[in-house]
Amino acid sequence: MGEGAAAELIDATKNYGSLQAVKGISLSIGAGEVVAMLGPNGAGKTTSISLMLGLRKPTSGSARLFGMKPTDRRARSRTGVMLQESGVPQVLKVSEMIDLFRSYYPSPMPTARVIELAGLEEKAQSQNKDLSGGQRQRLYFALAICGDPDLIFLDEPTVGLDVESRRSFIQSIKGFIASGKTIVLTTHNLDEADELARRVVVIDHGLIIADASPDEIKAKVIGRRVSFTSGKPLTQTDFDGLPVMHSEIQGSHYVLVTSEPEALLRELFRRGTDIRDLEVAGAGLEEAFLSLTGKTDR
Amino acid sequence: MTASYPRMLWMQFLAEFRKFWRVPAFAFFSLALPLIIFIFFGLRDPTSPYAPGAIVTTGAYVMASMAAYTVGNVMVFSFGIGVAVERGQKQDLLLRASPLPPAIYLLAKVLNALVFSLLAMTVLFVFAHFAASVNLSATAWVSLAGRLLLGSLAFIMLGFGLGYLAGPNSAPAVVNVIYLPIAFGSGIFIPTQFLPSFISWLSPYLPLSPFAQLAWSVLGIKTDHSVESNFALLGVYTIAFFLLALWAYRRDTSIKFT
Repeated sequence: MGEGAAAELIDATKNYGSLQAVKGISLSIGAGEVVAMLGPNGAGKTTSISLMLGLRKPTSGSARLFGMKPTDRRARSRTGVMLQESGVPQVLKVSEMIDLFRSYYPSPMPTARVIELAGLEEKAQSQNKDLSGGQRQRLYFALAICGDPDLIFLDEPTVGLDVESRRSFIQSIKGFIASGKTIVLTTHNLDEADELARRVVVIDHGLIIADASPDEIKAKVIGRRVSFTSGKPLTQTDFDGLPVMHSEIQGSHYVLVTSEPEALLRELFRRGTDIRDLEVAGAGLEEAFLSLTGKTDR
Repeated sequence: MTASYPRMLWMQFLAEFRKFWRVPAFAFFSLALPLIIFIFFGLRDPTSPYAPGAIVTTGAYVMASMAAYTVGNVMVFSFGIGVAVERGQKQDLLLRASPLPPAIYLLAKVLNALVFSLLAMTVLFVFAHFAASVNLSATAWVSLAGRLLLGSLAFIMLGFGLGYLAGPNSAPAVVNVIYLPIAFGSGIFIPTQFLPSFISWLSPYLPLSPFAQLAWSVLGIKTDHSVESNFALLGVYTIAFFLLALWAYRRDTSIKFT
């Protein structure tokens, strides 16, 4: 593209009344990068994207798209968007909707190609109101990519999807990522960020608290807590050879901290370990943020 | 590089047309309701003079009244309810982030409403011609439709304003509560002399009154005001409703998009 950042936030802040949604973010997304903005709900991810898209104006600082004001039509013509909670006319058909959005862009992809990439072949002639949640996400994805834009924003693309539609939709996104476009996606799921992005920007309380590769982020995340009681007394040696980072024994109650809870449990069951009151707890993103920020309370 | 505006406008117009056509309630109200009302008021002795000693027939008079009612109806309903529903479903969010210029979006809506108004008038005119022997010169048919489409700008603005003020669920009720009394008060259904005196005093100032007068005068009926002053009064309404719509639009978008 022969230019600087595709999207940029420069010391951007955003207040909604007395609420500070974004407290000062500087972020530059280069051409061809695939970036995941990771953070819990309310962290300021969507607001950051809205600033980059010109949907919201920063309270201070600035936002640029392709070096232009985000509302500039030339910048918008190179940008595709999938937003949370946005709606489409109920009675229009999927293919009509895609053709409509294609007309907004100077050199769109062929409709058939868009439908194929989004996996909507069977629903192309259905009205939007007859789509399932997963299919609707696919339609929004189709609308984001149909203009063949250089830069694509995907705001929580898999939110509200069941496991299976999520997995197949992730595959569609991955297929598109291979085309070398610049992609910015938000998620509160570290696995999703890891699977899709090569750079993860962790946002919490309106600030960037980490900006690194998925592996580096994962390394900082403490594992999951697998806790159970056992009828037979166990000792530390019983946990030898298990993927355990840390173990605690309190009477007949055992707590194992692991980054691979599935593998751990599989092995425990294989060994025939007597397990009761099994719990696999948290150590999700909240704990990850604690370990990233080093804060003990929030 | 940006996309071609004429093509964008055409695609946007097509989408608006389909949205309108595929919602039976909209299509029905715009096309069938005026016919039904015409059957009630216009088919009772349609070739008799509409008033003692008049040359204009009852059929022609009611047809012109219904044409005015219908065009205003299409405008306030399609914009009022259409915009309110789109806001309710957050369709504006995605469009706002797309390269579509708001002016093209608005223009497509206006074009669609004009096309639907013309369609509704054509259905009404053909029906009145065959069922009530309404015969006008070619110039009169065109002038009737043309005046109403031109004057409808006031109702487009009113519709926009209501669409940004009303909630998606309350919009149909709000639009009815505002439009129907205006139609009655303007003497569209029953002559104003049969209305309470304070309403008949108010009547000439209601927006549908100059609008209906523009239609009646095409038939050769002598109306209270000249064509020029009727257009002028509608112009004042257009500006007033435009300011209302602009205020409501800014109020809505300043909450969501700043």
